[in-house]
Amino acid sequence: MSENLLDVSGLMMRFGGLLAVDNVSLQVKPRQIHSVIGPNGAGKTTVFNCISGFYKPTGGDVRYRGKAIQGMSSNHISLQGLVRTFQHVRLFSTMTVIENLLVAQHRHLNTNYFAGLVKTPSYRRREREAMDRAEHWLRQVNLLEFANREAGNLSYGQQRRLEIARCMVTEPGLLMLDEPAAGLNPKETSELDQLIMRLRDEQDISVLLIEHDMGLVMGISDHITVINQGAPLADGTPAEIRENPDVIKAYLGES
Amino acid sequence: MQRALFPALFAAGVTFLLTCLVIGVRLEQEGPTLTVVGADASTWGWIAFAVVVVFLFQLFQGPISRLKQRIPSADATGLLPGEQMRNRLKPWLFSLIIVGLFVWPFMVSRGAVDLATLTLIYVMLGLGLNIVVGFAGLLDLGYVAFYAVGAYTYALLSEYFGLSFWACLPIAGLLAATFGCILGFPVLRLRGDYLAIVTLGFGEIIRILLNNWTSVTGGPNGIGGIDKPSLFGLEFSRRASEGSQTFHEFFGIDYDSSHKVIFLYLVAVLLVLLTIYVINRVQRMPIGRAWEALREDDIACRSLGLNPTVIKLSAFTMGASFAGFAGCFFAARQGFISPESFTFIESAIILAIVVLGGMGSQFGVILAAIAMTILPELAREFQEYRMLMFGGVMVLMMLWRPQGLLPMKRPHLELKTS
Repeated sequence: MSENLLDVSGLMMRFGGLLAVDNVSLQVKPRQIHSVIGPNGAGKTTVFNCISGFYKPTGGDVRYRGKAIQGMSSNHISLQGLVRTFQHVRLFSTMTVIENLLVAQHRHLNTNYFAGLVKTPSYRRREREAMDRAEHWLRQVNLLEFANREAGNLSYGQQRRLEIARCMVTEPGLLMLDEPAAGLNPKETSELDQLIMRLRDEQDISVLLIEHDMGLVMGISDHITVINQGAPLADGTPAEIRENPDVIKAYLGES
Repeated sequence: MQRALFPALFAAGVTFLLTCLVIGVRLEQEGPTLTVVGADASTWGWIAFAVVVVFLFQLFQGPISRLKQRIPSADATGLLPGEQMRNRLKPWLFSLIIVGLFVWPFMVSRGAVDLATLTLIYVMLGLGLNIVVGFAGLLDLGYVAFYAVGAYTYALLSEYFGLSFWACLPIAGLLAATFGCILGFPVLRLRGDYLAIVTLGFGEIIRILLNNWTSVTGGPNGIGGIDKPSLFGLEFSRRASEGSQTFHEFFGIDYDSSHKVIFLYLVAVLLVLLTIYVINRVQRMPIGRAWEALREDDIACRSLGLNPTVIKLSAFTMGASFAGFAGCFFAARQGFISPESFTFIESAIILAIVVLGGMGSQFGVILAAIAMTILPELAREFQEYRMLMFGGVMVLMMLWRPQGLLPMKRPHLELKTS
């Protein structure tokens, strides 16, 4: 039990008469890329919202590192080390790239008013560290030259990468990506592919991924959970999922 | 050219109609009947001149704008010093301005210094509201409530407990901040139009409360005889009150009422400089960045572990505290306050200062505050057209520079390697 980084069991989410998520369970092990796939409207993003605290699940358990987090507010969950991106890019678009990364490190910084007003040594040191961390991640996602550019002026692919960098500077344990490849061209998708694998291998984190690009999912996932109409359909390694008759039926329709 | 002829004729016609109706003819009472009286010849001359100007401008609009494009921008001509040079000149320029601010009042008339003091109050208010509206993006239409809280704090404490200006200044700031926090709680979930309505209501509540709580605040009669600030216990009056000394006696000079005006001005300058310093620092601190991030996208903020409640409340609290300081100073300067001074139009003017200056831009807000207080004074002869001009300037500004006089510039952060 404790070997799982994230442990979701029996998750239910009901909106009035609609049961959007019905008894979904998934286990994310440390240093794994775990994908959640399913047809449009299957409830994948709803599962994400329940885990990250944007919705309060109607039932079920969510445990992160053994600690129950269901029902906590989203900002508290993020502080636990569970950070997510969104289906649509949500950057602070009039702020510069580097400012975006500094905002994300809010909790690492000295937020004491007095310290900031007179620039105490501890305040300066923390700011410096934050800048270094931001610089490190800008290099990782290849955006260093755009550091002082307004985030809204970057190209779509760059904005996507910045969003991942913004999550990474918070030093998360589990990164949740909601359709990171949506709207990217094939070259950008393969770069993203490399980046996600590097995160797992070099940063020791797990990635929970929602994605429609099957090439990407099958190529990099260690484990896949399939959801259909809110209910879990299958669970296994990419090879198992590819062979699963139920999954084929759900994706291609009855034949 | 021919294509421009019709619109130009039309514009000239409209100008003629409007000017005729506004200044060309007027109604005068003769006994029981009203008669229409035409303006004198010189007024008609001006009207004709205006019509011709509008006509020519419309006719040659195309060539004019083409000509404007051909004029190179200041940067390209090399008339302005380069980026590096400008950065090196900046501290010198700032020190020069600050020295100028302190020396200037000794060389001009008393009225000018007094007007400058009023301007500085609006600068402080504009900078304070800029935190709430410009940085945090929370539209506050009741900002004047905190100004009133600050003013009445000093007035009441000085009347009932005899506290001095310097003791009341921090209390006024703290109390206004508390009110900011109290207003912040119910409006945490609101944004945009809804937030504006609630804050508008809050401003009215405070004003009506002050108006009706006659036993304490004196109601519409206001509170008079509020003490002026003193310089380390030295008063600026002709005769010292019991147990204290006056400024002119202490230094052995003749009494001059302009000493008091200049002293008030200097206090205002100090308060404004402090405000600018604090806000400048805060803007670059984590909390300042968090305000802006919250304005951009509150969902992304939450997903990164920022607590929107704390951030919003801190913006309200901090913005309100500067209004409290400004209010306390205002009460001391006027010597008399009544709810009349804290009507909705004041909130609107402060908001206009922030919007005209360019949201979030400190320098822009300062410029706008100066323009908004000095222009009406200069245009005193046109008393009855003041609001018309005010509205006209607003419309023109929003058409030509919707981002404000000097829109906010993002700070440039240097990385080690680059």
